[in-house]
Amino acid sequence: MQLLHDAWLIFLKDVRQEFKTRYSVNAILLFALVTLVAVSFSIGTFNAGSDIKSALLWIIIFFSAMSGLSHIFVREEDKHTADTLKLVAQPTGIFLGKFLFNLVLLCLLEIITVPLFFAVMDFEIKGVSLFISVLILGSVGLSAGATMTAAIISKASAKGALFAVLSFPILLPVIIAGISGTKIAVQQTAISEASGELQMLFAYSVVVITAAILLFDFVWNE
Amino acid sequence: MELQIKNIGKDFAERRIFDDINFSLKSGQSAAIVGPNGSGKTTLAKIICGLIRPSRGEVIYRIENTPIPQQEIYHHVGLVGPYLELYEELTAMENMLFFARMQRVPNAEDKIISLLSQMNLAGREDDEVRTYSSGMRQRLKYAFALLTDPQVLILDEPTSNLDSDGIDRVYAIMTEQKKNKILLIATNDKMDLKYGDIQVAVTS
Repeated sequence: MQLLHDAWLIFLKDVRQEFKTRYSVNAILLFALVTLVAVSFSIGTFNAGSDIKSALLWIIIFFSAMSGLSHIFVREEDKHTADTLKLVAQPTGIFLGKFLFNLVLLCLLEIITVPLFFAVMDFEIKGVSLFISVLILGSVGLSAGATMTAAIISKASAKGALFAVLSFPILLPVIIAGISGTKIAVQQTAISEASGELQMLFAYSVVVITAAILLFDFVWNE
Repeated sequence: MELQIKNIGKDFAERRIFDDINFSLKSGQSAAIVGPNGSGKTTLAKIICGLIRPSRGEVIYRIENTPIPQQEIYHHVGLVGPYLELYEELTAMENMLFFARMQRVPNAEDKIISLLSQMNLAGREDDEVRTYSSGMRQRLKYAFALLTDPQVLILDEPTSNLDSDGIDRVYAIMTEQKKNKILLIATNDKMDLKYGDIQVAVTS
């Protein structure tokens, strides 16, 4: 309970900070909107198939996430508040709070971007509940992997480039399963049709969150 | 409360910062960590409060001869140092409430108002920390460090950025702390050194 209490307080603190600076929200949303417009202009006239559109959706989500999710730890290091935070919180509580913040941020991005993508790209899906399940599980996996990677790169000098480079191989399974699940949702309505993808996304999230909880102490304190 | 520093040494890559530091303090005692610039005073202070791990040796906190687990040390230690910053986007009160709730300080708001008043920051609690001068930020760090009435207070360059009123207030805090708790000061200021019962020399 103490960990959850700490995580919740850290989440609220980060929300309050973000509300005042809007750094991550602006970075992620602007990147997503610019990419969406660029994609719609460049391939909108080609009548791209659902496979390509599914891939494009997840590419937009991934790169938008890359533009803002690292900020959660980079901000603590750049502003020299990381040591202050270490003095009051257990590492696991810090990870869970930051993970929750990134998850909420990513969901906010998707709430705005995904309907826009559907409208702009003339993208239709039959399995709405299946698609939402893929999106939620994919977001959990993306947020968990990105939060852990953000903690690793926050102490480096070339943070921006390193974050995308390190995150890509870690998050690749989520992107692949997300694209595959979305493709199935275009044609099928039953969740069982994409059980493999959903199991993969669920297992990935569990493994990454567990590994992060076990390893975060070393990342944060070394 | 007892603080024991046993054979502490620290290396950064191939470079040995210091080695074989030994001393112990009990409640009512104080020490000044001294040494030339770059000798590792700040590194030692960070090791003692658990912010970084030593390469060798151990830091032991005991209450009535019972060692305190590493993860509980923070509840007993207050730290003020130039490398510690508070959240500048938040107000002083938002900062203090966050830290107080994290550390489960009872009657947090009353305690915070009392501490801000003690550091002459009353009336500025709803201002964002980014609007504070460096001296006011230093005062706020003291309010943060004293939130839990720590048994061990570690002050790294305790009077930096402070005006004469601020320095007087810090000396009052140090006098009070060393009455029945542990005080550690990392400094080269001759006035600050008077508050250390013993001097711990840090040399490469």
